[in-house]
Amino acid sequence: MKALFNRLLLAATLLLPLTDLHAQGLDAGLVVGNEAALPIAVVPMPYQGSATAPDTDVAAIIRNDLNRSGQFRSMAEASMSEKPVRGAEVSFPGWRVLRQDFLLIGRVLDAADGAYSVEYELFDVARQQQILSLKMPARAKGVRRTAHQIADQIYEKILGVRGAFDTRIAYITATGLGQGIDYRLIVADSDGFNPQGLVRSREPLLSPSWSPDGRRIAYVSFQRGNSAIYIVDVATGSGATDPVASFKGINGAPAFSPDGNKLALTLSRTGNPEIYVMELATRQLTQITRHFSIDTEPVWMPGGQQLLFTSDRGGKPQVYQVPATGGEATRLSFTGQSNARASVSFDGKKIAMAQGNGNIYRIAVLDRSFGGSGRWQTLSPGNLDESPSFAPNASMLMYATKEGRRGVLYAVSADGRVRQRLVLAEGDVREPAWSPFR
Amino acid sequence: MKTFTRIFLVLAIAAAMAGCKTKGTKDTPPVDTSTGSSSSTSSGDAGTGITDDGKYDATDLDSDSCLRQRVVYFDFDQDMLKPEFQAIVACHAKYLRDRPGSRLTLEGHADERGTREYNLGLGERRGNAVNAAVASSAGQVTVVSFGEERPTCMDSSEDCWSKNRRVEFAYSVR
Repeated sequence: MKALFNRLLLAATLLLPLTDLHAQGLDAGLVVGNEAALPIAVVPMPYQGSATAPDTDVAAIIRNDLNRSGQFRSMAEASMSEKPVRGAEVSFPGWRVLRQDFLLIGRVLDAADGAYSVEYELFDVARQQQILSLKMPARAKGVRRTAHQIADQIYEKILGVRGAFDTRIAYITATGLGQGIDYRLIVADSDGFNPQGLVRSREPLLSPSWSPDGRRIAYVSFQRGNSAIYIVDVATGSGATDPVASFKGINGAPAFSPDGNKLALTLSRTGNPEIYVMELATRQLTQITRHFSIDTEPVWMPGGQQLLFTSDRGGKPQVYQVPATGGEATRLSFTGQSNARASVSFDGKKIAMAQGNGNIYRIAVLDRSFGGSGRWQTLSPGNLDESPSFAPNASMLMYATKEGRRGVLYAVSADGRVRQRLVLAEGDVREPAWSPFR
Repeated sequence: MKTFTRIFLVLAIAAAMAGCKTKGTKDTPPVDTSTGSSSSTSSGDAGTGITDDGKYDATDLDSDSCLRQRVVYFDFDQDMLKPEFQAIVACHAKYLRDRPGSRLTLEGHADERGTREYNLGLGERRGNAVNAAVASSAGQVTVVSFGEERPTCMDSSEDCWSKNRRVEFAYSVR
């Protein structure tokens, strides 16, 4: 009893700004190139105001975003023979010689109250036409975000698909060892910059999951000595002290329904892990699965009528589907010795999973766009890849892996051709969860 | 299949416990009703762990070579208690019976392979398997699964994984 009390004392959850976390982001180098990607030249966008220049290289952020998607291959700045800032300065033949399909130019100007304005022009080089021109406001400390928004606009204009660069990721870090270990739930920009600590605990944290409006994150904490589910408000940090589920046994794997009114979760209060759905307004529980196997990791299909979950009812963990009101479960994954922790694309057509074969775990995607039992594609090299999470436009995924003794995060394009590591200052990083659109 | 495993386990433990009794001093109660009671001094017999009635006392947790073992290990993705650990489980089972006021938390753990939430389930299964084997009275034992969240070893190797697939015995009341 005394040990438990001590643990409770130690487990006090603190809400502190992370002053010791460096604002580092993705590695500069791409792991894999993509020859099929569209070539685009993003010319440096100089500051042309008369006050203080922003400390952010807008063009570099846009380049990195577009490259990471796997859909674009941006030209290195050193290869540019000229660097136009305004449309009148553009000479198309030169860019055609350099085999660029698209050209993006712009400049940063002053706006009222120390803010900036980023003006940019996007050209189709072959047609020698301006296809987009916008003036984007940027707060003094929000220039990175404006750059992500511009990248989203370019992505959508050229590909006809909404961009997801101006989004966030949540993830868990563990720093220190033994009794001094420190767990944090962190929210950062989609490229890993601007990490902000949301929850901090001496006891393990896991399984962050965004609400569909991006305002709340459900997660699991052991701060009371056993697993319990909490819902924290992203803007205020409130909610990190009162669990929404703290039953006997496991309280795990929370997942908000698409309408945000329900939470799918795993409870083992009956003695065995089963899937439940909680009505958040009343906290009323409906038991969805009844099986002696481990049933866990529920995720909602778009529309909220069906759930996917992991179960070892067939001997090894595999992904199953069940109506969100309960009923017969059907197995979805038949490739790989094991499959677990599904992430579903916004249209429900692609399901990413952590697929295990022997001691090798990779991220695999089951693509059911073409009907039938679907097509599989492996997106990551292994060995211990897990926790796939689709971007809200399904153009990319984030996943966790281990390098040496340390957990790291990777972003990978949906076609698997481009992979990039997310580098954080220190600690073991795991369980990325990609936010909804902002 | 699982039920069968459980039954087998319980039988195996019972057999192991029967075997334990050959250790003698603990299980053959040397109670001599004719000489009158002097058992009130038993708590003073610190270190020996042997009490007049053959029951464990709290100090045995530190001195008894069996009770001092507080970790049992498992095979990958398995919750079956291995034969080599049944003696450990059996002496803790006896301790819990001898000391009804004691409280034990069985902390279930898994190695890093497989997903975190699945491993929470696996750690609980292992804790439950040990709990079934100690067959304690209601409320005496709590199972808490930490899944793969509290490894004792951080390398990605079988040597390390085998140390992390475990159930730890943590007495909150001795």
